Amino acid sequence: MNRSSKILRYVAKRLIQGIPIILAIVVMNFFLLNLAEGDAVDVLAGEAGSATPEYMEEMRKKFGLDKPLPVQLAVYLKNVVQLDLGRSHRHDMPVTELIVDRLWPTLLLMTSTIMLAVGFGILLGLFAAINLNTWKDAMISVFALITYATPLFWVGLMMIILFSIKNDWFPTSGMENSAAFYEGLDRVKDIAHHLVLPTITLSLFYLALYTRMMRASMLEQYGQDYVITARAKGLTERRITFVHVLRNALLPVVTMAGVQVGALIGGSVIVESVFAWPGLGMLAFESLFARDLNLLLGIFLLSSVLVVAVNLVVDIIYCFLDPRIEVN
Amino acid sequence: MNSFWNRFSRNKSAVLGLFILGLVVFMASIAGLIYPDDPFLYSRFPLSGPGVNGFLLGSDSIGRDVASGIAHGAKTSLLIGLIATLAAVFIGVIFGAFAGYYGGLVDDVLMRITEVFQTIPSFVFAILLVAIMKPSIESVVIAITVVSWPAVARLVRGEFLALKNREFVQACHTLGMGDVRIMMAEILPNCLSPIIVIGSLMVATAILIESGLAFLGLGDPNVMSWGFQISDGRSMLRVAWWICTFPGIAILITVLAINLVGEGLNDALNPRLRERN
Repeated sequence: MNRSSKILRYVAKRLIQGIPIILAIVVMNFFLLNLAEGDAVDVLAGEAGSATPEYMEEMRKKFGLDKPLPVQLAVYLKNVVQLDLGRSHRHDMPVTELIVDRLWPTLLLMTSTIMLAVGFGILLGLFAAINLNTWKDAMISVFALITYATPLFWVGLMMIILFSIKNDWFPTSGMENSAAFYEGLDRVKDIAHHLVLPTITLSLFYLALYTRMMRASMLEQYGQDYVITARAKGLTERRITFVHVLRNALLPVVTMAGVQVGALIGGSVIVESVFAWPGLGMLAFESLFARDLNLLLGIFLLSSVLVVAVNLVVDIIYCFLDPRIEVN
Repeated sequence: MNSFWNRFSRNKSAVLGLFILGLVVFMASIAGLIYPDDPFLYSRFPLSGPGVNGFLLGSDSIGRDVASGIAHGAKTSLLIGLIATLAAVFIGVIFGAFAGYYGGLVDDVLMRITEVFQTIPSFVFAILLVAIMKPSIESVVIAITVVSWPAVARLVRGEFLALKNREFVQACHTLGMGDVRIMMAEILPNCLSPIIVIGSLMVATAILIESGLAFLGLGDPNVMSWGFQISDGRSMLRVAWWICTFPGIAILITVLAINLVGEGLNDALNPRLRERN
C-alpha cells in the first residue's frame, strides 16, 4: 500500500476513534445536567415568579422531563446531533446561536496567543540552547520558572495596573471601542489595540512552556549522530545550528502547540473575564452568575469537541511534515 | 535517608524552595495566633494603603486586613492543594495499577475512560463541576481531583507495565500471593519515586486551579482564600493596587516554592533521569 492511502486510512481511523470520546462527553454532559439541583421547569417557574404544581407538571410533560432517564438521554443525544443544545434562560436564545456568536473573538484571541507563544518560545529556546549554561540561559530558565507559578488572572490585573492605569497605553477591557463606530482598517487597528494585553497575558504561560521545550529539543538534536557528521564535513557551527539542528528541533514544538489547546481554552476563560473580552470564556463567566447551566454545558461540549478536532488535525499535519512517522 | 538529603540539597534552588514552603506552612499554622479575628471582619478604615492605619499590607474596600486574609488564605490553599492531590493520586494509582497489571480488556476500558478525562479541557470542566455542585470547599476539592487524576493513572500504568514481568513479581506469583497484594505491597513501593514527584508538582497546579476558581467566584463563600481576595479587589484596581497585588504574590511564591521542591525531589529520587539532562 502506498503512503498516501495509508495516511487516508489513518485519518479515517482517528476520526472513528474520536467519536466515542465525544459521545462519552455528551453522555456525561447529560448526567451532569441531571445532577444539578432543579430542572429547566424549576428555573422557568422561578423566573415567572409563581407557578402552580399542576402547571409545572404539565410543563414537565411538555419538555419530556416526566419520561424515564434513558428516553430523556436518547432525546438529548438526538438534539445534540442536530446541534440543538437547548435554550439559555438568561439570554432567552438557543445556546448554539449564542455560542456561534461568541466563537470568533475567542478564536481570534487563541490564534494570536498561539502565534505569539510559539514564535517567541522558539526564539527564546533557540537563544537559550545556543548560550547553554551561561547567564542568558539561566535568566531564561528563571523566567520560565516564575511564569509557571504565576496565576493568569493576576498577571492580567497587573498588566492593567501597569499599562492601562499608571500608563494609559492600552484599554482595560472589551474588544473594540463601539462608541467610536470605526470601520474598515480603523476598526482592525482598534481591535488589535484591544487585543494586545489579553494576548500577552494568555501567552505568557505557553511562552515559558515552548521555550523550555525548544531548548530541550535543540539539546537533544545536538547529541545526534548527524551533527557529528556535519562537523566532520567541516561545516561551521552556525550552519549546523541554523540549517540542520533547528529544522529537526522545530517539529516536536510545533506539534505540542496543538496538544495544549485544552489548557488554552481554560486560560481564555480567565483572561476573557479579566479583560471583558466578549468571547466564549466571558460567556461562561456570565453564565456562572446567572446559573445558566444549559449555556455552560454547551460551552463545555464545544470546547471538548474543539480539543478532539485540533488534536486530530495536528496528528495529520504531523504525518505530512515528518515522513518518518509510522501511520499504522 | 541521609543520602537522599545529600542528593536533594545538591540542588540549591530546591533547598530554597523548601525553606520558602516551610515559611508558608508556618504562616498558615500560626494565622489564628497573629490574626485571631475573623479575616472577613471589616473595620472603620477601608482602602488604607500598606502600612497605613496599622495594616501591614493595606485594607480592602470594606476595611478588611489584606495581610490577615493572606495568612488565613494560606491555610485554605495548602489544605485544598494537599487533599485534592492525595485524592487524585489515590484514584490514579488504582486506575493505573489495574490497567497496567491486568492489561488486555481491563487496560483498554480503563485507559479509554482516562483518555476521555484527559481530552476534556480541565479548567472548564472544573468550573462546570463546581457550578453544578454549588461552591464549597468539598466541591472545589472534588473538582480539582476529578481533573487531576488522569496524569497519575497514565504514569502508574506505565510503571506497572514495566515492572509486572520482573523476576521479583514472578517470585511473588510462585509464592502464591494474591494479585491485589502483589500490586499494592510489591509493585507499588517500587514506583513510589515518580508518584511522589508528580504528586508534589500536582499540589502546585491544584493551588493554581483553586485560586482561579475562587477568582471566578467559585470558592467557598465562608472561607478566606487568595483567589477570593484578588477577585474582590478587582473593582478597586484604580484606587487600591495593593488588594490584588499581595495575594497574587503569595500565590506566586507558594507555587514557585512547591515547583522547586518538586524538581529537587525529581533530582534526588531519579538520579538516572538527572544524568540524561
